[in-house]
Amino acid sequence: MRIIKIIVLILLVAFVAIQFIPASRNISDTVPKTDFMEVNKVPATIQNKLQVSCYDCHSNNTDYPWYNKIQPAAWFLEDHIKEGKDELNFNEWGDYSARRKNSKLRSIISQIEDDKMPLDSYTIIHRDARLSETNQKEIIKYMNLLKNSL
Amino acid sequence: MRKVRMTLSILTMTLVTLTAMSCKDGKKDGETTPMSNEMHQDEGHNHEGSEKMMTNNSGNNATNAIIDNYLQIKNALVADDQEAAAKAGGSLFGDFKNFDKSSYSSEEKQELTDIIEDAKEHAEHISESPIEHQREHFDILSKDVIDMIAITGTDMKLYQDFCPMYNDNKGAQWLSATKEIKNPYFGSKMMKCGEIQKEIN
Repeated sequence: MRIIKIIVLILLVAFVAIQFIPASRNISDTVPKTDFMEVNKVPATIQNKLQVSCYDCHSNNTDYPWYNKIQPAAWFLEDHIKEGKDELNFNEWGDYSARRKNSKLRSIISQIEDDKMPLDSYTIIHRDARLSETNQKEIIKYMNLLKNSL
Repeated sequence: MRKVRMTLSILTMTLVTLTAMSCKDGKKDGETTPMSNEMHQDEGHNHEGSEKMMTNNSGNNATNAIIDNYLQIKNALVADDQEAAAKAGGSLFGDFKNFDKSSYSSEEKQELTDIIEDAKEHAEHISESPIEHQREHFDILSKDVIDMIAITGTDMKLYQDFCPMYNDNKGAQWLSATKEIKNPYFGSKMMKCGEIQKEIN
């Protein structure tokens, strides 16, 4: 019984301690000229859907949930966001070459078609980020249009 | 006593969550380390090559190294072999990364930079994806490699093939070193689908 108490105490201290490790935040209050929405004429409904469903991990500005303040959940989030931005950053769209835009659009379409994006682990908490079948079709149609106009 | 138990169980749950999370983190590290190891090995391999050939990173040798690994991915996809394709994808990533553009004109350099930036991503994805995704990336990668050869040239004999059915009948190209059609997009499902579009050399 005493051992358990000691272990719990240690863990508690550790849990509190890691809260003090500074974490980086993916927050920016400016939207660059190279942003997807600035470069392209995106219909309002699709703009809104992309902002809510994609931009948290695929742009320089994340609308953080409350638990981002608590470690180790925050580390998890940062990891995901970094990976997402490496793959595709809507804020940098204008900097991508035509060749890369084509590749990115193709991946966007295929990921949405296969229900791979947004991630299940993300939509389980962010219910409003889920894409309905209509949303999916609209986005895919738009991305295809964009791809063909490159 | 009940209260103590309650607090204890809450704390245990925190503990379990913490451990689970740190485990996951650890696992992720474990996953990435062998990858980077592999990449280092590949780099090492390339260095060996460059010592032997002196100019492995530029001109024909660099292009041929890329084509070699590209063809290995192609052969693996023809054989429906996800693992072999992934391995060659990793090597191809290294080839693109080490490609030396210095001997080309500034216009060509720009074009090559675009191609390589794009191709690197596809090679990387091929190294870590299930086979259907590998094929999607291989489609765009093929376009990149074809465009690259148009600039760099090659002394290898190649066939530019075309499968009209892949990607919802939009069609897809690929390169092969042999005349016989062996389809990398459908593998054993439709081995003979396709035609020769062009012969290179």
